[in-house]
Amino acid sequence: MRVALFITCFNDTLFPETGVATVRLLERLGVEVDFPEEQTCCGQMHFNTGYQREAIPLVRRFVEIFGGYEAIVAPSGSCVGMVRELYAMAADLAGDPALKREVEALAPRVFELSEFLVNRLGVEDVGAYYPHRVTYHPTCHSLRMLKVGDAPLKLLRAVRGMDLVELPEAEQCCGFGGTFAIKNADTSAAMLSDKIRHVLSTESEVCCAGDNSCLLHIGGGLRRGRAGVETVHLAQILASTADGGNT
Amino acid sequence: MSDARAEILDRIRDATRDVPGTERPEDVLVERGYRVEDEASRAEIVERFAEYVAEYDATVHRVGEEELNGAIREALERRSVNHLVIPADLPGGWVPEGVEAMRDGADGKLLTKEELDESHGVLTGCAWGIAQTGTIVLDAGERQGRRAITLLPDYHLCVVHEEQILGLVPEAIRKLEASVEGEGRAVTFISGPSATADIELDRVQGVHGPRTLDVLIVS
Amino acid sequence: MTATRPPDAFSKGKTPTFEQSAKASLSDSQLRRNLGKATKTIREKRAVAVGELPDWEELREAGRAIKERTLRHLGEYLAQLEESVTRAGGQVHWARDAEEANRIISGIAKGHGAREVVKVKSIATDETKLNEHLEDEGIAAFETDLAELIIQLAGETSSHILVPAIHKNRAEIRDLFLKELDVDDLSDDPKDLTEAARLYLRKKFLSAKVGISGANFAVAETGTVCVVESEGNGRMCTTLPPVLVTLMGIEKVIPVWRDFEVFMQLLPRSSTAERMNPYTSLWTGVSRDDGPQEFHLVLMDNGRTDVLADEIGRQTLNCIRCSACLNVCPVYERTGGHAYNSVYPGPIGAILTPQLVGIGKPGPDSLPYASSLCGACYQVCPVKINIPEVLVHLRGRVVRHKQDSGTLKARLDPENAAMQAMAKVFADRGRFEKAQKAARIGQWPFARDGNIRRLPGRLAGWTAVRDLKPVPEKTFRRWWRENRG
Repeated sequence: MRVALFITCFNDTLFPETGVATVRLLERLGVEVDFPEEQTCCGQMHFNTGYQREAIPLVRRFVEIFGGYEAIVAPSGSCVGMVRELYAMAADLAGDPALKREVEALAPRVFELSEFLVNRLGVEDVGAYYPHRVTYHPTCHSLRMLKVGDAPLKLLRAVRGMDLVELPEAEQCCGFGGTFAIKNADTSAAMLSDKIRHVLSTESEVCCAGDNSCLLHIGGGLRRGRAGVETVHLAQILASTADGGNT
Repeated sequence: MSDARAEILDRIRDATRDVPGTERPEDVLVERGYRVEDEASRAEIVERFAEYVAEYDATVHRVGEEELNGAIREALERRSVNHLVIPADLPGGWVPEGVEAMRDGADGKLLTKEELDESHGVLTGCAWGIAQTGTIVLDAGERQGRRAITLLPDYHLCVVHEEQILGLVPEAIRKLEASVEGEGRAVTFISGPSATADIELDRVQGVHGPRTLDVLIVS
Repeated sequence: MTATRPPDAFSKGKTPTFEQSAKASLSDSQLRRNLGKATKTIREKRAVAVGELPDWEELREAGRAIKERTLRHLGEYLAQLEESVTRAGGQVHWARDAEEANRIISGIAKGHGAREVVKVKSIATDETKLNEHLEDEGIAAFETDLAELIIQLAGETSSHILVPAIHKNRAEIRDLFLKELDVDDLSDDPKDLTEAARLYLRKKFLSAKVGISGANFAVAETGTVCVVESEGNGRMCTTLPPVLVTLMGIEKVIPVWRDFEVFMQLLPRSSTAERMNPYTSLWTGVSRDDGPQEFHLVLMDNGRTDVLADEIGRQTLNCIRCSACLNVCPVYERTGGHAYNSVYPGPIGAILTPQLVGIGKPGPDSLPYASSLCGACYQVCPVKINIPEVLVHLRGRVVRHKQDSGTLKARLDPENAAMQAMAKVFADRGRFEKAQKAARIGQWPFARDGNIRRLPGRLAGWTAVRDLKPVPEKTFRRWWRENRG
């Protein structure tokens, strides 16, 4: 099967290794990956900060660029959430029923990585090897908006060599929230403080999640405290193999 | 005053202009997929009612019809109640010998607030019981009297007959339709003695309403 | 008797933004611990109470749908309610705004020569600042909910919809009672504190001529009004005084009596996390020889029709004031209710307040941003208000209002300028790729040994508590071109 990779502006610029891992992982599972190079940003940052008229052209671009694919996969719950849950609001704001129809037709074809693997490909064991102690943070968009359920945990449990530890109060928001981290910096920091406390209590080497936005925030806090804990995206763990997996 | 009414209704009409003029309220679909009748047996329902009422720190006793008078006497003795308020239509046989019963509304005279406040307790029947939530329902009907008499005295002894116990909340609401129609009697749901958790979330029993609630379930 | 409360979104004048107010409460360690413990306790209890019902989701859906039906036909239902209440011997008044509502209520009290009234907790009366108005009219209003009594005596405002005095500990309350309640000695055991309040208030209940309440629901079909409570003061205020006045927001009407079978299951489990709250009073007009012989229902708009007019915001009026959303909100848990500067705090407050008072005031405008959009509130809302959706929608309204105001301030707003610039960047692949390169180069002054410890300007908030990893050498798309293209 053939999918389009929706890398997200965030990953493209700050976490290219997540994109690389996603491509290698999907190819290893026999999926053909396309990367439509016209893609830039889905518009989430603008839309969620209130600059919604400004996001409408980005919505149109996305629909145009990805509309022809049977499946679009992104290593990001929040960006997929934007497309599936808020693009319709954008189309309404634009007063464009045709755009709304396109958006509604496209939404069911856009997947976050873990739900794509488990629900679409029907795979839980991706042949990964990652000999580290890892704790998993379920990101709010994937948990509550996309309702990916335990797809990520199913995938992680099948990873060989890995010591997977449950994160206490895992479902509590880490406090990133996009521009919330800047506009409400103090509250964001307070939420981060508790998330870090819980991560450290697991004595893990690695904190894993399906969204690099959360990991940038959690990882930034861990690094500031010299905690010696790495943050690694789910895709990168799943892409790791015993032979290093460097193709 | 009627200006305000007209203006508010105008605002509402304006605010809901997206609603088609032809739409009737019934056209808005309300799916009622929740339970409306308890599938448990009568015995289970009565048992659950007794259990849940007791969980609210009310004292519950189950008695046969013949034992009712004795049970009432025992409860009043235990609580040292000599000065009892009762609704006008309470069966005379319910009040034990030696207990001074003030009948509210006897000879058309209602007891004063002070008389109610100074009494030791009140004895009533009820309209319904709800097992699902351990609730006693009063509807100012038979053997219950007006609201003030179950509010001011510090002790409430309530007699619930098993046939009055319903399984689920929807069952009780439907039975009460007759009570609120027309002139509309006042309905009160009582689920345990009063309580507050306002101070550091520490639940404390007994703020205003009767601080002690005893329930007799009669088979 | 009512000490002056600090101003909030519904008072005249400006209120601080959420970020400003949150600063103080975030560093209040007693509040953080008390509130953290309290909300965790209630949400765990709620989960148990809700878990007992196999048909919880069906009840939620019915609750949502009943509210939708009501709001779409609100005018019809309110007219029917008026008719039913009148038929049952009550009197209905209409109030366009807070001032009108207050005047109607004080008018009734004065008409009966009442110098004192007893009140059941009603957030609507907090919204209108009724107590202050009554005091101006020479009428003392006695709050009878224990928590409301506490904050009234302390001259403070509520910090939680359900447990308004949660920010006060027992020692503080004891000191307050010793000072205000005319008692000689008192321990700080909640039992003793409660007993002191009971005795003080009993006198008031027995002597008051006028009782004032809010309403959780009112049934259009029968004219029945409902008050849900725990302490018994609601029963006291709605039964003992000869005159009862109820202030109700127009959104509280429900179509038929039978709809209680849904709401009486949704509300207690969502609010106090019990199967049923201790007392629920449901009265219809007046009843001969039972309770007040004069009943007034004041139906109030005060901005609710504005909420109604916003097709996405309208669902906010589904709210049955359970406070389940407050108890699961990671923001509220840490900042407390006062940071919202509104009688309606937490997630519901963040969407209700700006809609009621209108967009364009800096304080309330900041409220839709007081959220990381985690969605926990929507999960627990018994009437399925999609709070995150409304938050995002209101952010759009706030921004558009600023932009369309055309003021110089709006045009010079740095955030707006940055967003316009970034929108242009994202709209074109070439510009985007250039910007990626610029970021990589531009970070050079900030990146030290593979780490960014300090960012300038607005972004300093990030690096105040977090390091930032630098922008990598190679973007993903460059890797793709080199390896797969």
